[in-house]
Amino acid sequence: MTERSVTHATFTVERAYDATPERVFAAYTTKEARLQWFAGEPGDWEKGPLELDFREGGRESASGSPPNGKGFRYDALYWEIIPNERIVSTYEMHLGEDRISVSLATVEIRREEGKTRLVYTEQGAFLDGFDDPRMREQGVAAQLESLVRFV
Amino acid sequence: MTPDVDSLFQALADPTRRAILERLSRGPASVSDLARPFDMSLAAVVQHLAVLEGAGVVASEKVGRVRTCRIEPEALSLAETWIKERRTLWERRLDRLGDYLDATKPGIEKDQT
Repeated sequence: MTERSVTHATFTVERAYDATPERVFAAYTTKEARLQWFAGEPGDWEKGPLELDFREGGRESASGSPPNGKGFRYDALYWEIIPNERIVSTYEMHLGEDRISVSLATVEIRREEGKTRLVYTEQGAFLDGFDDPRMREQGVAAQLESLVRFV
Repeated sequence: MTPDVDSLFQALADPTRRAILERLSRGPASVSDLARPFDMSLAAVVQHLAVLEGAGVVASEKVGRVRTCRIEPEALSLAETWIKERRTLWERRLDRLGDYLDATKPGIEKDQT
């Protein structure tokens, strides 16, 4: 039986872009642009299609598998869209059959000294999938290897 | 304290430091114990340990003349690892978003709005 656990965590990633808020918003939200940056995992990953219905109440999904590894699946729901200003969504991640996290993702876009600042904040419940004892058995070395490969 | 992600990844990028961590994951060890399997000076091992300590993954304590090192299990828990990976994923995504914006930059005349 799977041992149940949950870890709550919040992290923020910020960037200042040399572009208008309109361009940043468009790059963040159009499928053509998202294909360039959102799903651009390392080249040897097998990628599934990116599905995007960008509207309040609309969904997005994507998937990918590393070579010889379990596949990740991403499913999101957009709750609030204020053009050029804010996007609030929730998303869940699966690794194989296991749900590994459910997160609230908030994107704030604002003009700042001729640039545009984008602040991405994720508040997540990281679920027992990541604490899988089978993964723990692989030991610290395997974890470190995968971490380094990831970077 | 949670170490910052950059210093953690820098610490883990080196194979010797990963080998040191692998050794410490089996239990605490003195600096000279750690140096033995590696073909390098004690000073070089001490330098690697300083990087690992700076990243918060290793702690050491000096008792008399012997410095004993141990792994900081919290810094390397799987939960932390996953959350750091998630954060790194977003760092990379937003960097690629910046590359995309640069690559699709409109002409200079349009830029001065």
